[in-house]
Amino acid sequence: MSDKVRKKREGKNLFHKLSSALKNGSYATRLSFFFMGCGQIARGQVVKGGLYLLFQTAFSLFMIFFGGRYIAHLFSGDLGRKLSGEIWNEELQIFEKVQGDNSFLILLYGVVSLLLIGVFLVVWAMNVRGSYENDKRLRRGERVLTIKDDWRILLNERFYLPLLFLPFVGLLVFTVMPLVFMVLIAFTNYDYAHMPPGKLFDWVGFSNFKTLFSFSGGTTGFAFVFLRVLIWTFVWAFFATFTNYFLGLLIALLINKKGIKLKALWRTLFVIAIAVPQFVTLLLMQKILDGDGILNKILGTNILWLADQRYLSLLPRLMIILVNIWIGVPYTLLMCSGILMNIPTDYYEAARIDGASPAKMFIHVTLPYMLQVTTPYLITQFVGNINNFNVIWLLTGGGPVDNLHYGGGSQAQSTDLLVTWLYRLTVDQNPKYNVASVIGIVIFVISAVLSLITYNRTSAVKGEDTFQ
Amino acid sequence: MKNSFLRTVRRNASNIGTYILLAVLGIVWILPILYLIYTAFRVTPSTGIINALIPDDLRLGFGNFKRLFADTIFGKWLVNTLIVSVSSCAVSTLFILAVSYALSRLKFRTRKPIMNVLLVLGMFPGFMSMIAVYFILKAMNLTNSRLALVLVYSGSAALSYYICKGFFDTIAKAMEEAAILDGASQPIVFWKIILPLAKPIIVYTVLTSFISPWCDFIFVNTIISDRELYTVSLGLYKMINAEKNSFNDNFTVFCAGAFVVGGIIVTLFMSMQRYYVEGVTSGAVKG
Repeated sequence: MSDKVRKKREGKNLFHKLSSALKNGSYATRLSFFFMGCGQIARGQVVKGGLYLLFQTAFSLFMIFFGGRYIAHLFSGDLGRKLSGEIWNEELQIFEKVQGDNSFLILLYGVVSLLLIGVFLVVWAMNVRGSYENDKRLRRGERVLTIKDDWRILLNERFYLPLLFLPFVGLLVFTVMPLVFMVLIAFTNYDYAHMPPGKLFDWVGFSNFKTLFSFSGGTTGFAFVFLRVLIWTFVWAFFATFTNYFLGLLIALLINKKGIKLKALWRTLFVIAIAVPQFVTLLLMQKILDGDGILNKILGTNILWLADQRYLSLLPRLMIILVNIWIGVPYTLLMCSGILMNIPTDYYEAARIDGASPAKMFIHVTLPYMLQVTTPYLITQFVGNINNFNVIWLLTGGGPVDNLHYGGGSQAQSTDLLVTWLYRLTVDQNPKYNVASVIGIVIFVISAVLSLITYNRTSAVKGEDTFQ
Repeated sequence: MKNSFLRTVRRNASNIGTYILLAVLGIVWILPILYLIYTAFRVTPSTGIINALIPDDLRLGFGNFKRLFADTIFGKWLVNTLIVSVSSCAVSTLFILAVSYALSRLKFRTRKPIMNVLLVLGMFPGFMSMIAVYFILKAMNLTNSRLALVLVYSGSAALSYYICKGFFDTIAKAMEEAAILDGASQPIVFWKIILPLAKPIIVYTVLTSFISPWCDFIFVNTIISDRELYTVSLGLYKMINAEKNSFNDNFTVFCAGAFVVGGIIVTLFMSMQRYYVEGVTSGAVKG
């Protein structure tokens, strides 16, 4: 709550500062509202002001000749009307190729322009505030900062700026921009029937959300398929997380047991599995479990371990969870054995005096301690498993296809998680980018809720300064 | 006397049980890896895949490795992966260190909001933006290049600052305060005081960011279509998954390739294990 209040005050602060700059600032400052850098140049900060002016010129040119058009497209509510094609030219007596609109590029450049406007506004506010700062300094009888002073401030009080600049540019280009773009796609009809440049797509409002969440299609409709995939995603995440956790804990307990020799050797035996890249072990497992794979050869059977459709594809689902145990347990083993060593021995001592059996000690001492310490880890793991693309995709590819799931053109298969379904919708021969985006938003909401719970419960976040 | 004897017997019996359990589990965990190694070194018979518990031909040799480097362009993929992983590792390590240092040691007004924004950004699934990333790269005329891979792998590195920041949080403030009193500027403090203390977390960051290009095949698959520019993971994946019927022919060669990749990563892990564990436990689990 106090956070919100503070944020509000900060927002007001910025606005307040700008308006008081307009009211009380010098003419140079007021001029810098319209021509960036004026305030600085008037006070002798030629380089700084020049850079501001240059930035403004470049931005204006960009907007006039390039960005403005796309922004207009974004707000006028259409993403291009003119199709490319060939038009008969009477004079030359030939078909001429005409470059039409491309909804995809219009949207992409629109997003780029929007983000650039955001960047511009930040720089613009910096410019006004800097100029107003100069006014105040002069009024107090101080001198205006030189380039040297600015440089010194940048390397001391504001050292975070140079540190954060490049990483955030990377973030803006490779995370924020694509995300904004894909979120916008969720409100269009961008699918295989509307693929630019041959065809165009357009805004459709919330209709994709309606398709995904309304049950009008019956058992073959999108909503039904979505619900099944969602349930399986949670079932999978639950089992994947807890089987790994308890088996890892069990093995860690076995190795840590008093009187067991060669502890390091045992631990290494399991930890070797971590060192082999995951995709290698997964592909290997896929081939071991293949219909022609070695497991069937050894057992002399003919079982489709990863492709049996009976009982709602029960066997593939079980195998996925088993393989995931093989992959994940070494990690939990490593973590748990570290924490187990940290449990104060007094607890066990007290329990022993009370005559507790080892099983009782585990239930009343070890388990509560472990659960308390590792709850954030468990939630993170749960979220990670909801988004565990590799295990599913490399083992079954989301398959096997059974008719119940493959309804309504949803392309979802029986072991698909939300993420693999999303991926299939974008790489399929008949892609449905719009639905994929909606699924992405759903995944985001789920992960966000779960992560926020962790975030608020972790003492590591609350007391981040307590160590210093 | 008798009582303690009984107790020893019981403990020994339970220990033997534990040993047996551990041995069985250990075999389960090590067997697939042994199978991989064995398949990589066995002499390929005409049928390709092992089709019996004990194969007819038990000889070992380097034939699969010869085929790997002669018949496929695995050597090229290896070089590609090395170039991409070294460069993206350098960039992302710098990014992560910079961001976590700024968010941990420097106090500024927008610190908390920035951390919240990063938290939210990290919750979107990466696949969602992949198609858009592809088109952005295409607009920059960068698809089908190693540079694109480096940009993609390191571009969003700032999001994984969390463990590293957790480590920086634990370093005592006294030392840098003393240095600042002596007139040291922030870059000096960062470079000369904090970084030397942060060796475990630097090794951890370098290791994780070096390894991720070796394991990713989704982004490569989207961005790169030229076989010559594949990284090892995509190359190996395509080797046994592109055409369904080639699985038998290529499986031994795939295992040889997997052995090479696994060997590189295992060696890295083993040499850095101490730091890796230290980094994980100090940065991630703080109760």
